Amino acid sequence: MIARIVVVPKPVVNDPQGVTVRQGLALLGFGEVTEVRVGKYIEVRLDTTSEREARERVDQMCSRLLANHVIEDYHFEIEHDHERRGATR
Amino acid sequence: MKFGVVVFPGTWSDRDCGWVVDQVLGAHLQYLWHKDADLKGCDCIILPGGFAYGDYLRTGAIARFAPVMESIGEFADRGGLVWGICNGFQILCESGLLPGALIRNSSLEYRCEWTNLVVERADLPFTSQCDEREVLRVPISHGEGSYFADPATLSRLEQNGQVVFRYCDVEGRVRPNANPNGSLHNIAGIVNSRGNVLGMMPHPERCAEAELGGTDGLKLFRSVMHSAAEVLTA
Repeated sequence: MIARIVVVPKPVVNDPQGVTVRQGLALLGFGEVTEVRVGKYIEVRLDTTSEREARERVDQMCSRLLANHVIEDYHFEIEHDHERRGATR
Repeated sequence: MKFGVVVFPGTWSDRDCGWVVDQVLGAHLQYLWHKDADLKGCDCIILPGGFAYGDYLRTGAIARFAPVMESIGEFADRGGLVWGICNGFQILCESGLLPGALIRNSSLEYRCEWTNLVVERADLPFTSQCDEREVLRVPISHGEGSYFADPATLSRLEQNGQVVFRYCDVEGRVRPNANPNGSLHNIAGIVNSRGNVLGMMPHPERCAEAELGGTDGLKLFRSVMHSAAEVLTA
């Protein structure tokens, strides 16, 4: 199993990186961009075959370490490893 | 009076704190390695500045799982004095010993400069040698020192008087242009509700001798020393 985790700053948290990236995009002519939020992407490989179990465990990983609930939100997708190999081929 | 200075891989202000404790204050100094859960009978634990565990993932996120942190949590629960400076403040927030979080400076710049701090609580073991509303001149050195907490937490901090230091101008006025990092309510340091765990972004250990441009930081070290002496003689 592989978990693809995305951690982003909460909407109420000031994100100066996002604001700066948005300004950069505007300078490049992407004036239609109204907001940018910069977060992080974490890939976790798990030795399990149960998707339900993987989902529960990854949720615990996120809440206990990978994201700080004070400032960040997270979401993730779980894939079987073979799906990933198929996709990259 | 025995100060414990915690050393993580990546800590950089441990020797500065140690110097002030040992050479300037003349107190007993004990370095505490992060893998060692024994606090060796220290009366006050300092979590110094730096980049513990490289600040990987988030500032303080990995450090909070170190064996020493579990002991520090129990020590704080018993009322022991815990003092987090800069990275130490970030670690205390990650470990839940203090509320809120420290995020990227609003300027996106690493700020290394002198700041003015107004002392809002002079009744704490960390500030007993200061006057209330006194302005201290203390340097900062951080890229992620912008204090954030949700509105409910923030209003609870304010109501309980848990904000100890606020960035201000030389006259002690709390103004937006005196805020170096975008901290909510100009917060530079907070204490837990019990008053025994202090976190602050500025570095008092870097202004404890005249040779370094100021001695205001020494007042905080002296406060801790004085308070501990009172407890010991009581």
